[in-house]
Amino acid sequence: MLQIDTWKRVLIWLVCVAGLLLALPNAFYSRVEQSNDAVAAIEAQGETPERLEMAGAWPEWMPSGLVNLGLDLRGGAHLLAEVRVADVYAARMDALWPEVRNTLRDERATVGTFRRIPGGPADQIRLRLSDAAGLSRGLELVRGLANPVTSLTGAGATDIVVSGAGDVITIALSDEEKLASDDRTVRQSLEIIRRRIDEVGTREPTIQRQGSDRILIQVPGIGSAAELKKIIGTTAQLTFNPVVSRGTDGDANAGVGNKVIPSLDEPGTYYTVESAPVVTGEELVDAQPAFDQNGQAAVNFRFNTSGARKFGDYTAQNIGAPFAIVLDDEVISAPVIRSHIPGGSGIITGNFTVEESTNLAVLLRAGALPAELQFLEERTIGPELGQDSIDAGKVATVVAFVAVLVFMVLSYGLFGMFANIALMLNITLIFGALSLIGGTLTLPGIAGIVLTVGMAVDANVLIFERIREELKAGRGPARAIDEGYSKALSAIVDANITTFITAVILFAMGSGPVRGFAITLGLGILTSVFTAIFVTRLIIVMWFERRRPKTIEV
Amino acid sequence: MRLKLVPEGTSFDFFKRWKLWLGISALMVVVGFASFALQGLNYGIDFRGGTTVRTEATQDLDIATYRDAIAPLELGDITITEVFDPSFDEDQHVAMIRIEAQADGEALSSQVIAEVQAALDAVAPGIKFISVESVGPKVSGELVQTAILAVALAIGAVLVYIWLRFEWQFALGAVAALVHDVILTIGVFSELQIKFDLAIIAALLTIVGYSLNDTVVVFDRVRENLRRYKQKPLAEVLNISINETLSRTMMTSVTTLLALISLYILGGDVIRGFVFAMIWGVVVGTYSSIFVASTILLWLGVKRDWSKPDNTAGNQFANIDA
Repeated sequence: MLQIDTWKRVLIWLVCVAGLLLALPNAFYSRVEQSNDAVAAIEAQGETPERLEMAGAWPEWMPSGLVNLGLDLRGGAHLLAEVRVADVYAARMDALWPEVRNTLRDERATVGTFRRIPGGPADQIRLRLSDAAGLSRGLELVRGLANPVTSLTGAGATDIVVSGAGDVITIALSDEEKLASDDRTVRQSLEIIRRRIDEVGTREPTIQRQGSDRILIQVPGIGSAAELKKIIGTTAQLTFNPVVSRGTDGDANAGVGNKVIPSLDEPGTYYTVESAPVVTGEELVDAQPAFDQNGQAAVNFRFNTSGARKFGDYTAQNIGAPFAIVLDDEVISAPVIRSHIPGGSGIITGNFTVEESTNLAVLLRAGALPAELQFLEERTIGPELGQDSIDAGKVATVVAFVAVLVFMVLSYGLFGMFANIALMLNITLIFGALSLIGGTLTLPGIAGIVLTVGMAVDANVLIFERIREELKAGRGPARAIDEGYSKALSAIVDANITTFITAVILFAMGSGPVRGFAITLGLGILTSVFTAIFVTRLIIVMWFERRRPKTIEV
Repeated sequence: MRLKLVPEGTSFDFFKRWKLWLGISALMVVVGFASFALQGLNYGIDFRGGTTVRTEATQDLDIATYRDAIAPLELGDITITEVFDPSFDEDQHVAMIRIEAQADGEALSSQVIAEVQAALDAVAPGIKFISVESVGPKVSGELVQTAILAVALAIGAVLVYIWLRFEWQFALGAVAALVHDVILTIGVFSELQIKFDLAIIAALLTIVGYSLNDTVVVFDRVRENLRRYKQKPLAEVLNISINETLSRTMMTSVTTLLALISLYILGGDVIRGFVFAMIWGVVVGTYSSIFVASTILLWLGVKRDWSKPDNTAGNQFANIDA
């Protein structure tokens, strides 16, 4: 009757041991954290004796995942920025204007003279023709300038909408193009912000897109939101510099007018370049992922007129020499000039994958933030407050834990002890699961764990009360335990699924601390059901097999 | 000797005064609603926009001095409250300063915050800004919508789940209890003017989960007993079920409350409001699963068509046993 297959027993204990191992690093938080940081540093910048020693502080074969601490526990800054996507429209229109002007000018005979009407919405070009009779030809010509929209949702649409009334032609961006443009702007901004923050090298920043035009930025450990805004606000500096030499020594003597800078993708490689750039990113008008003649992924770029002239002259004089594409004092790539590059456009080749070339194109375009950021939400949490919260949370959790343990033993005796073992395992499993999924522990999350301590015993209480009833109904011990478990199951399942539903909704709708709470609550439900149904049952069965009691008291 | 919260084999009649209990609940709901309508909630910046600054100074805190120091900056309505917590040191004086949302829709600029800090530093040298949180009115409006949607969705999802697992009368009873709990919690926050922020919404949803947990356990027993005692009247079956599960209901409430009370006392002032909401919710949720959910179930009645045995509990999932 009270039988559990051997494979099930092994599986249950394996899950518990795995949870224990995964949770263990959190007991040595700062040691493991330092070790992890050292390992990351070795990967990024090579080995040093101190780093190796730090990395060795935690055995390599042990799991080293930690529960991330949320901003409210670690201290740091939180920003919610709105990208003013409409900023880009006006620039687009201004860039289009010379093209429109040249096209119409060539056909002055049929269209007549024209001039741009000043004022009006910034995201439109309005023209007044000298003669309304030229309108239809004018519309036709301007519509010829439209390009297909390059996005999945906008397939089939063109980027501009041209309309005419009387002698006025109005050119505006189509809705599809605006959508595509907004998306590009936000992604570009996100990429720039990510690079800016990574450069500062803080631990585990969160940079996420929220909704269509917002970006959430959370950086633990930073002093204040104002400091964070300063970092984001700095523009990315892209330059094209002549390469003097390439080496592996970061401290090499660069010589007058030169500087030594590291390579972005090849760790340990340094370039000595001339400090004065040939051209800068401010003169770049576009960069797009492309393929070279060999079908290799590459990046096409184009300069404006003055940039094109400088670049053309330089390449003509330096065929065969390498030049470096430098972003924020890191060499993105250093291709060799194969031929004179006139016309201001060129192609960057390298051992790119398609993804890398796309990223590089984004980075190149991402010279500066494409649009202004408006900060809707700013939060700074001082590290002292976080530490206070952790300390208070720890004490509260321990006291809650002990109170519940004592209460369970008083109420259910030996069976209460069994439930307590399960409860301790339960907390361990929550931490193990949080470490495994890289979950974030927040202050409400600690409350979630404390609540779980209180509620986790519920499943066991349901079972024990049921066993009591069965005993009272005159069943033998084995039968009573068996019936107790099977009859309590439907209540346990229903009760926990409904709570789980609310946890899922909280997770989906909430953000930040609230989401942290939803995660611990949800995980707590899963682990408490697991420990109640499987672990305590296994413990009781093992106890029963050993003792074979004639009567039991629950 | 075992500790027993509830003596064995109780047979309380929970429905003798069901009109009274339902009346009390209805009255409390009305009071809660009225308080919410007349007084409104003390919304935190998450929902109203604005800025809160948590300051810490070693000098004794004088709210009027602080207020006078900030007043020349003309930041509109400013609320300053002193924060107390047993864990604070002797010379640790913490205040929460709340500055109303400014007109431009953005968060308060860092420059203004620096000005506030400078002004306060003049009256309380060495004052520290432990945390600064600023939410623009644009975001706060959306947060309100999301919060309402979250609570509505949770209640809706639960309604559907219980309807599938039990019968519609059970679902209505459970949801009535939930709405009762949520309104009473909002009512108590409005009555006591405790700060109502995003974390309280999380607490509300947890209350929804907890109250439901309780109700479902009672209903599960009702479902079982309806099958066992086919001839007994519904009121009697409900009474038997509630009495049978009473010991468990009390046990779980007490363990949960033990944990929450320890968090309330020791967990620090930052989450005290959040924990208060949950404690209140556990008490109200336990009450409502007996006196609201079950009473409404009794009132609605359950279809007991015994001509088709074993199909009485709704659907194919009803008889799941391990």
